[in-house]
Amino acid sequence: MFDDFIVRAFAAGIGLALVTGPLGCFIVWRRLSYFGDTIAHSALLGVTIAYAMNFNLIIAVFVVSCLLAISLLFLQRRTSLPDDALLGLLAHSVLAIGLVLLGILSFIRIDLMGLLFGDILSVNFTDVLFVWIGGGVVLTTLILIWRPLFAGTVNLELAKAEGLNPDLATTIFTLLIASVIAISIKIVGILLITGLLIIPAAASRNLSSTPIQMAIISSIIGVCSVVIGLQTSMIWNTSTGPTILVITLGVFIITLLPLKKLLISKKKIRIVR
Amino acid sequence: MNNYLVELNNCGVLRNHKWLVRGVSLKVSQGEIVTLIGPNGSGKSTTAKMSLDILKPDEGTNNIKKGIRISYVPQKISIDWSLPLRAIDFVNLVKKHKTSEINDALSITGIKHLIYEDVRNLSGGEFQRLLMARAIAKEPHFLVLDEPVQGVDYPGEIALYKTIQEIVKKINCGILLISHNLHVVMSQTDYVICLNGHVCCSGAPNTVIKEPEYIKLFGKNIDPTLAFYQHDHDHEHLPDGSIDDSGRDS
Repeated sequence: MFDDFIVRAFAAGIGLALVTGPLGCFIVWRRLSYFGDTIAHSALLGVTIAYAMNFNLIIAVFVVSCLLAISLLFLQRRTSLPDDALLGLLAHSVLAIGLVLLGILSFIRIDLMGLLFGDILSVNFTDVLFVWIGGGVVLTTLILIWRPLFAGTVNLELAKAEGLNPDLATTIFTLLIASVIAISIKIVGILLITGLLIIPAAASRNLSSTPIQMAIISSIIGVCSVVIGLQTSMIWNTSTGPTILVITLGVFIITLLPLKKLLISKKKIRIVR
Repeated sequence: MNNYLVELNNCGVLRNHKWLVRGVSLKVSQGEIVTLIGPNGSGKSTTAKMSLDILKPDEGTNNIKKGIRISYVPQKISIDWSLPLRAIDFVNLVKKHKTSEINDALSITGIKHLIYEDVRNLSGGEFQRLLMARAIAKEPHFLVLDEPVQGVDYPGEIALYKTIQEIVKKINCGILLISHNLHVVMSQTDYVICLNGHVCCSGAPNTVIKEPEYIKLFGKNIDPTLAFYQHDHDHEHLPDGSIDDSGRDS
């Protein structure tokens, strides 16, 4: 079954969308939308190091992403600058470091287009396994730290005062994002992974009234977009990653329509009867 | 010797070479209400945060009894638009409760009808009642209320303070209450600490109100609109312990 590249593409895409749904919700809630981009910028540095030292690409990107995530946490606690300023600072300086290093090590050739857009159609069976096992670990961890993470997102001091450990949860959460991005960068590219983190969660916000609902709907929107996007890209012969994102954008626009009001008013009429 | 829920010993917090508050000692025991009063910037919230161990004191020690349940009503919470959150989800924030328990807590603070309402649709006063309901639902041993009645309408304010007193009786918890207005909370309070960067004076409410330090900070002349409340709440006990009603409700 996994011999077919289309099946592998579906499996990888769906697995990824399931994980990015709930993770993306926390990114939106915590106003870290730029975080994916920042880590993505650091990927160039990771890739350069991997090539220079002849090291495994995913692990190199993961280590650099983690270091970046940890520096973000450190800066958040040490300075009073807002998160978006810190993310901008990190993103551009780490990209610059990557480019400087790449200039020094002039023998390295990096396929920038491949890094940006990946190629979901060329994933092999190991990649699919990586996505599903890695994704499973990430989702399980997220469920385990849900309460302290969520309480800390709503109000950090309240969560701390009442005996939870939101700081630990935040650190784990940051590492989870770093690992998801590292796993998926080679497979689907920076553009698709950061898009899959933000857009389904944003669309889901328009439809949901509780946090858990938003996380689940976000996953569903992501999976549907992957399925529809893959099929559309085959029919029209367009590049797959961007097509999937265009579909999520389409879903987002649909959610802006007053669907929820229609549903609620129907319910109310039922209650009145 | 140590039967206090929370104890601060000569605590101080230093930020940017400035002491936010210094030399604060306080003790809260079960079934007791300790009130912190003081002008803006006097270190009331900082003191509360030390008693919750959110802030580590840079000087002195803070001891919190091990294993007690703590509830905190912070002075300010803003909920981001991107968070879909209903009142019931907010009550369940730190600990999951049974729906019946949530209903009880929301009824006590008078907002039971808003249980499935989105938090961002609540008014300031309603949200304050929700904060309180969440704190009660946990049945805490130690409850910290940082200006819990801000934004609540005037009759609601008295009712909420009465509620606080009922809670203490019902679940027998210790309360650290921050208030800008001693007169309103006077009859409910066991011990008052008057802060202004340091402890100006402390003691039973009737004593503190006569201290020169207190008068210097808050003035001797009570606002006539508040006098009504003092009149209403500052009752006298007859020798046999019953309350003298003769001066009230007139």
